[in-house]
Amino acid sequence: MKLTMTVNGEARTAEVAPLKRLLDVLREDLLLTGSKEGCGEGECGACSVVIDGQLVNACLVPACQVQGSAIVTVEGLAAQGPLGERLSDLQRSFIEHGGAQCGICTPGMVVAAQCHLDAGGASTDAVLREALAGNLCRCTGYQKIIESVQLAAQGAR
Amino acid sequence: MSGELEVTSARSLGEAYALLAQERPGLRVLAGGTDLMVQIAARLGLDQIGHVLDIWRVPELRGLELREGTLRIGALTTYGELIKSPLVHQALPALALVSREVGAWAIQNRGTLGGNVCNASPAGDTLPLLIAAGARLVLGGPRGERTVAADVFFLGYRKTALAKDELLLRIDLPALGAGERLTYRKVGTRRAQSISKTLIAIRATSRDGTLRGVRIAAGCVAPIPLRCKQAEAALEGKPIDAAVLAQARLGLEADIAPIDDIRSTAIYRRCVSGNVLERLVRGLAGME
Repeated sequence: MKLTMTVNGEARTAEVAPLKRLLDVLREDLLLTGSKEGCGEGECGACSVVIDGQLVNACLVPACQVQGSAIVTVEGLAAQGPLGERLSDLQRSFIEHGGAQCGICTPGMVVAAQCHLDAGGASTDAVLREALAGNLCRCTGYQKIIESVQLAAQGAR
Repeated sequence: MSGELEVTSARSLGEAYALLAQERPGLRVLAGGTDLMVQIAARLGLDQIGHVLDIWRVPELRGLELREGTLRIGALTTYGELIKSPLVHQALPALALVSREVGAWAIQNRGTLGGNVCNASPAGDTLPLLIAAGARLVLGGPRGERTVAADVFFLGYRKTALAKDELLLRIDLPALGAGERLTYRKVGTRRAQSISKTLIAIRATSRDGTLRGVRIAAGCVAPIPLRCKQAEAALEGKPIDAAVLAQARLGLEADIAPIDDIRSTAIYRRCVSGNVLERLVRGLAGME
């Protein structure tokens, strides 16, 4: 099928099998390798992307279901400026406050957290832990991730 | 990968019915994909899938309304939509609560109530609730529509009453009456992303420590999500005390048939299911 969608604000097309996973379309056809594959079963959240405003696991979404959709991946979080890319407040907070260690969960974690904050979600401990419950991290113990999101959210206010 | 599977993405119920009428061998319906995409990626049972009917964008299967005391839920309603719906909170709040225990947000945005029903896993988290609530499943296809009660829809391990040319259209649930409650408890290894070890749901009206109109269902303790009629009979119309609770536990023991598997053991499931039942009944009867 000819897949047409908007990815990080740009119109993109790809010739793909209808059941090809969005994750593979992004990584193989569009060369956007920020979204990672952890489990391939919707358990780990490493492939989290946003489709039409909703957080999803890109490993569970077939190409035929995103025809015409607007997708945001981790590559879409940094702003393009005259001096090159500028990381988002949330991305910089993860770097500054130790929210990223080995880095495999980080793209999905940042996308999920950004989606939560963009939807007006609160940044109390309990709310953030539920919002990020589908994103597994084996390094940080989560505390520094939660703090990174909270500090970014406070800075933005 | 999976390039060999033919897919039809229906944009209306008419288009979906037209494909169903062709009676293609090995037709599989794709809704939110949270089960089927895992199966396809793992290349499990692909030889049994001949053609995929994608219904994600069939508008007739979306939406939710409360009409004449019945909550009518389109089969493609996602867990996320159930969690956020004021109508669900008003008519059957337990359905919103259990939806919040399925996976996590990314799954809840994609997984559908109809998918949970049709996937027919004995561990489907909403299924005991639907059975206990007295859900009626509206099925439709090129030959017409019919309604099947949820407690007789599941026929065997992952086998349902759905015919090859039928779709689940809607789930109809009677809203709670005055003094009536629907309550459940899921037991899993962690709060999010866990597949249950056991899940018990009860619907009943409670007055003066006596339960009436008792409906009980259990998940993960039999090849199908199961209505527990012996446990119901032990509780119906009796003042709840230790002896009645013991009878209810015996009834439940007789109703269920748990197995050892990767997530738990039969003996654990028996013991915990009894404990959970007792706790839920005590709660309903105002004993704790």
